[in-house]
Amino acid sequence: MSSLIHAEYPVEKGDYVRAGEASTDIKRRLKQLGVSSSVMRRVAVASYEVELNLVIHSLGGKLELDVGPEGVFLISTDVGPGIPDIAMAMREGYSTASEEARSLGFGAGMGLPNMKRNADDFDIQSEVGKGTRIAMRFNLA
Amino acid sequence: MEQNKRYHSVRLDVSRCKGCTNCLKHCPTEAIRVRNGRAYIIDERCIDCGECIRICEYHAKIAVTDDLSAIRGFPHAIALPAPSLYGQFKNLKSISPVLDALKALGFDDVFEVARGADIVSRAIHEKLREPGLPKPLISSACPAVVRLIQVRFPDLIPHIVDVRQPMEVAAMIARQVFCRKTGCAPEDVGVFFITPCPAKMTAIRSPIGQKKSAVDGAISMMEIYAQLMPHIDRVLTHPTPTSSTYYGVRWANSSGEASAVCPENSLSVDGIHNVLRVLEEIENNKLNDLVFFEGNACAGGCVGGPLNFENNYVAKNAIRKLSHLCPMEHPVDNVPASMMTKYPLYFDTPIEPNSVMQLDDNLIVAMQKMEKMNAILEGLPGYDCGSCGSPTCRTFAEDIVRGNCSEMDCIHKLKDQLKIMAERMVELAQTKRE
Repeated sequence: MSSLIHAEYPVEKGDYVRAGEASTDIKRRLKQLGVSSSVMRRVAVASYEVELNLVIHSLGGKLELDVGPEGVFLISTDVGPGIPDIAMAMREGYSTASEEARSLGFGAGMGLPNMKRNADDFDIQSEVGKGTRIAMRFNLA
Repeated sequence: MEQNKRYHSVRLDVSRCKGCTNCLKHCPTEAIRVRNGRAYIIDERCIDCGECIRICEYHAKIAVTDDLSAIRGFPHAIALPAPSLYGQFKNLKSISPVLDALKALGFDDVFEVARGADIVSRAIHEKLREPGLPKPLISSACPAVVRLIQVRFPDLIPHIVDVRQPMEVAAMIARQVFCRKTGCAPEDVGVFFITPCPAKMTAIRSPIGQKKSAVDGAISMMEIYAQLMPHIDRVLTHPTPTSSTYYGVRWANSSGEASAVCPENSLSVDGIHNVLRVLEEIENNKLNDLVFFEGNACAGGCVGGPLNFENNYVAKNAIRKLSHLCPMEHPVDNVPASMMTKYPLYFDTPIEPNSVMQLDDNLIVAMQKMEKMNAILEGLPGYDCGSCGSPTCRTFAEDIVRGNCSEMDCIHKLKDQLKIMAERMVELAQTKRE
């Protein structure tokens, strides 16, 4: 993968104050690069979902953005807790969000399905006790 | 009339500009730079929201509108008062005195934009029921918000509802009705909007979504307020009747439009920076359960426009009180269906994205520039002090990459450089002759 643009955003568990800032910065960069509106929009939705997933569900992690001729790449890695049943987690409406997250309007169980729907390539790997890695790729046109 | 793609009502009065950095920080599109001791507005970025007019304590930012004398350029002239005009007068018992005051200033006729708003309300209401449109649909009434979307949220353009502004609809009907009544030719009638903001002036000269505006000019409320005042308390035997409804008048306030078109599931946001934040959320699909979004660049809605005389809270309250004196006729039930086809109520030109934020047309070159920009940014202090004349360190790095300034324009960078040079000079001075 030859990427010219690389950016990393550390995301802390439960940090609702800064939630959304990484995806706002990602959108700003893509607009400056002139990535087409329709691609931009799909990245916007997926990056927000994946960032919020890190805040709500993970013990902390980071989001990485890479842009190159092969497309826009978003990679989220966290340090746990890991997803026991990925197939279940991928189901629309299934959520393990806490009461706190739900009280803030999250936890509709659409995060992962939305990412998958918006990305051109979607990959998720997880190990309980270790962490989760989500990789998404978006075609440039 | 002159049609100019880059026409702007918001201008700089160089003689008043101190070269301070107040306006830099408040511009929602980062369209202002200070260079050589004065501000410059980047035409391609400016959305005419008027935020800089409000913030500049030296009054160096101005809104260019037409003089009242412009109405004499036509054999006949019609005034189109924005409903926000009514909010400038306290304790009005009726709208009629405002209409008569406008006539006293030399207008042959008056047509209330609130009536245009009723027709637009119904048109948008019907639009919302069309299947397949992205949600939420975004109001097209505030030209500054539409331009903000063109510059900063081009991906949201498909959300903008393609119905013309109430001012445009009012102008078309006003001219037609007047010509039918008097038998004069349409080109002999000048139609002038009484405007609370510069964005409407710009929308007339450089229309969005339509090839040509039906309005001939815009006269600032601030300019004619004092002249209207003496006529307001005058009691006429035959006052001009008003045809404004509760809903039409309420368009002057934030949420007036939304409550007319979709009270059950809409969101109204006022103040350009608040609008910006909510557009980010729409972009993230966080608000796609909403049907309609109304954004107003000015705090309080059009009553908060920079060309209003009255404080926006006082005006908002005046509008609220006045609206209750008007008939509660809902546009959906009272605007005849025939109106939807009688006049061209919809856009005839697509809204294009404004790609001014792009670093380059070529993606690879843009990536190289961004890489360079990030490298420069890492070497900057991050104070966002504005001393260089760019609003933030990030925009400064961008300006360097675009070739508009150099790193030594950063006073902190320059100081570091001078320190190094001074040290070298000391070294040099202390060097003994061998």
